[in-house]
Order: sequence, then C-alpha cells, then structure tokens
Amino acid sequence: MSDAARKVILGTMLLATLALAACDREERDYRPDPAAERGKGAIVVSGGLYAGPSSPPSDDAYPEYTENAYHVAEGKRLFQWFNCVGCHSNGGGGMGPPLMDDQWIYGNAPANIYATITEGRPNGMPSFRQKIPEPQVWQLVAYVRSMSGLVRKDVAPGRNDDMNARPAEQSVSPLLQPPPPGAVPAPGDQPPASTGTR
Amino acid sequence: MTGGSQSALDPAGPFAGHILELFWLFTIVCAVVWLAVVAVLLAAIGRRRWAGDALPDPRPAPEAERRLGRVVGAAVALTVVILFGFLIASYLTDRQLLAGQQGETRTIHLTAHQWWWEISYEDGNPSRRVTTANELHLPVGEKIHIRLSSTDVIHSFWVPNLHGKQDLIPGVENHIYLQADEPGVWRGQCAEFCGFQHAHMALHVVVEDKDAFERWKAAQLQPAPEPAGDLEKRGRDVFLSGPCVMCHRISGTEAGATAGPDLTHLRSRGTIAAGTLPNTREHLAAWIADPQAIKPGNRMPLTRLEPGDLEALLAYLETLR
Repeated sequence: MSDAARKVILGTMLLATLALAACDREERDYRPDPAAERGKGAIVVSGGLYAGPSSPPSDDAYPEYTENAYHVAEGKRLFQWFNCVGCHSNGGGGMGPPLMDDQWIYGNAPANIYATITEGRPNGMPSFRQKIPEPQVWQLVAYVRSMSGLVRKDVAPGRNDDMNARPAEQSVSPLLQPPPPGAVPAPGDQPPASTGTR
Repeated sequence: MTGGSQSALDPAGPFAGHILELFWLFTIVCAVVWLAVVAVLLAAIGRRRWAGDALPDPRPAPEAERRLGRVVGAAVALTVVILFGFLIASYLTDRQLLAGQQGETRTIHLTAHQWWWEISYEDGNPSRRVTTANELHLPVGEKIHIRLSSTDVIHSFWVPNLHGKQDLIPGVENHIYLQADEPGVWRGQCAEFCGFQHAHMALHVVVEDKDAFERWKAAQLQPAPEPAGDLEKRGRDVFLSGPCVMCHRISGTEAGATAGPDLTHLRSRGTIAAGTLPNTREHLAAWIADPQAIKPGNRMPLTRLEPGDLEALLAYLETLR
C-alpha cells in the first residue's frame, strides 16, 4: 500500500492503543454519596423476634455493589476486620450459620442480607446499624453473596495469599452454583426441610 | 513536627554515614571515568574532521595499531581494577553496617498497613508496651533494632537520613538497625509501591535526648483522661456509639479495635493520616468529615455525622494528648 496510507493506519493504531490503555476495567467508587445511600435497602422487619419465613425478597440487585470486584474485595477485607469470621468462620459457620451454602434463613437477596446485618437476628446475630456505614454494609452484602456463588466469576475478590479455608470465590465448584428456584422460600411458604448442602 | 528533612545526603547516624561514604566513592570515580570516556569520544569524533574529508585508510600503520592496542589494554586493566576496588569498598561497607548492629539494642516492632505505620515499643513487661502510629520517637545515640512486618502487601521502610531501605513483607519478619546521633525530626516514607495511596504513607522520626524520650514514653503509657466538660463527654459518646469504635482503640475506654491506628494520644502527634495532613483541629475536622476526598481509597470510610456530633467529637479528640 502507499506510504501515506501506511502512515495513516499506523497512526490510527497507535492512537487507538493509547486510548484503550485509559479504559478502566470497572468504576471504583471510594465516596458513595451518604445521602443517596440513605434511601436504599428496604429495611424489612420480619415482625417478632423469631426465625420464620424470610423477608420478602426485593427486586433490587444493587449491581453497583454486587457486580463490582472492588466492592466485593472490600467486603472480604471487612469480613475479617469486623470479626464476622468469629461466628461464621470463612463461610463454613460455627456459632453462626454457614454462609457459603444455599440455605438462607432470612433470604439471599441483597436487601435481605442488608437487613440481617443492619438489624441483627435472633439467636446471636448482632445489629450493626450505625456501627458500620451503609456503603460498607453493602460491600459485606456483596461479599457474602460471593461466598455462596451468587456473583459472577469475574467479579469475585482476589484469592487469599494465605491458606484458603474454603474454595476460592472464583471456583466453579458445583457446591457453589446459584440455588435453584424453590430453594429460597417465597413469603408465606413453609421453610424447606433441611437437606444439607447439595 | 510536620517538617523534617528527608535526604540521604545528610546522614544523622552512623549507618547512613557509611552508606553515604560508599555513595560518594562510586559517584566521584564513575564521574571521572565518564568524563574521560566522553573526552575520548569527542576526540574520536573530532579527529576525523581534522584529517579532512577523505576516508581514513582501512590499513593503518603497524606502529599506530600497536599504540592503540596498548591504550585499549591499559583502559581494560584500569576498568577491572576500578571494579574490584568497588567490590572491596562495598564489602567493607557491609561489614561496617553489620558491626553497627552488634551490642545492646532497644527493640521496636513496626507493622506496615495500607497506608499507615503501626509502631509498638516492646518491653519485657507487657503493661509498659507503647503502641502508636506514624511517628517514631527515638532516643539520641541509642542503637535501635526494628522488627519489620506487614499485614497486607509489601511495603518498604525508608528514612534516608538514618539508613537505606528495608522491605516489610507479609509473612516474613525483616530487621533494620537505626542509630541517630543528633536530635531532630526526619521524614521517611514507604518505598515500595503498595497501592493507591502509596505516595501518602509517610512517617516521621523524632529523635530527642534520653530524658525527653522517657517522658514521652511515660506519657504514651497513660490511658486517655476522663473528659471534663459536657461537650467532651458527648464527643466520647459519639465515638463509642458510632463507627469509630469498629476500627480504632482509645486506651481507657471500651474502644479496643486494632484495625486502624491507636488514637489514645492522637493530638500528641505532628501529622495525621500518615504524614498527609498537619495535626490541627481544622485538618482533623476535614479528615473526619471526608477522608476519601483527602486520601481516596484509604481504609477510613465516610461516616454520617450530624454537625453537632462532629463538634463534640473534635472536642473529645482534643483531650487525647
């Protein structure tokens, strides 16, 4: 091809490379607007202090948290910092129920998990309202969902440098598939009989 | 205490002094060699022009060839001698640094976090251990042994006026020895890229005479005083009932978390946020109101505080000296 045509093509390729290098993989929001956070998270109280049917699941998926690798990774850090591991271990449970299985007493929708963390639950789950700022609660919500395999693989937080107490969040273990419809009870249903993890 | 020089060319102790001597040896010798090479290069470029535009004869006279051979041989021999000299000088400096480590030392445990320094003065008696953040106080003339560890990623401890760099590697304990022979304040910083705020991870080394250092240490051992006024009491309630207590510790209260810096003597330090801001009431207010605007990505989140609460909290923090 002609000299001029070659220069144009090479110049365009160079400009395209420079432009693409500026693309971020995802947005990292370090300062979620506190006023905007206030309206989120349907705080649904189950009524009464007994374990019962899950809170009504909400349709909101909160993708800015549950589909953002940075927020899931921050949730992983906070899970350690705020001593969630003290009762839940690294998802396997102990004093608290396991978080990496598909049994959810109060529902696995982000708003349900948000309500669990913020309000506390009977039999030992403390309430963290006003102790953990709302955006950080959402980060924890996103991480808890990742432990159960409910986030996309490319969004999972980085693997631990130290020994992993459970399968990595990016793993495709069959135990971590999203629960089939019916595993999470709709409001008004009887809770399913406990069958252990699949 | 926000100032402080940060220069390897201004040694304040023997370790930095030995390293600086080696540095000058290398620099001066290499500078002379470089000038000689440039001079020969210019002569080679210029000579062609002096001889006119005719191409040089590809078959030079034997006498010129022998002379050239002797010159090149001498240069190679001189290079080998210089390199061996550097090797020996480097080895001797290492020996001097190692000799400086021998003997009685005071031990300090420095833990690097993203993006701040946790400093803990060890003591055989656990009730005499001091924990602080971002400001290292040392007595003059004493040999200090610092144990270096990291909680997350690789950082590097670098106070150029006192020593070279030493990495803090998660899972590994490294060591560095310091000795400051003159009182003063020196600035150091993290020297291994550790994340978004690596550039804002400074620490200050305050070197003072032994009495001043012991007074400082005794003051740091005291728990936070009981607040006197109502505003300060309300500030303490704000601290203990809000998110602050999830990460910070104030000795003398129920707040005992170790994820963030120890705040028991916050207002005795010269800077906040690892050397990012001077430690004044106004800067503290700006930091608490919006840490992400000042140091985006750092581990302290935005907290929703009512305006009256911030006032009370600042009044309480003012008492933490």
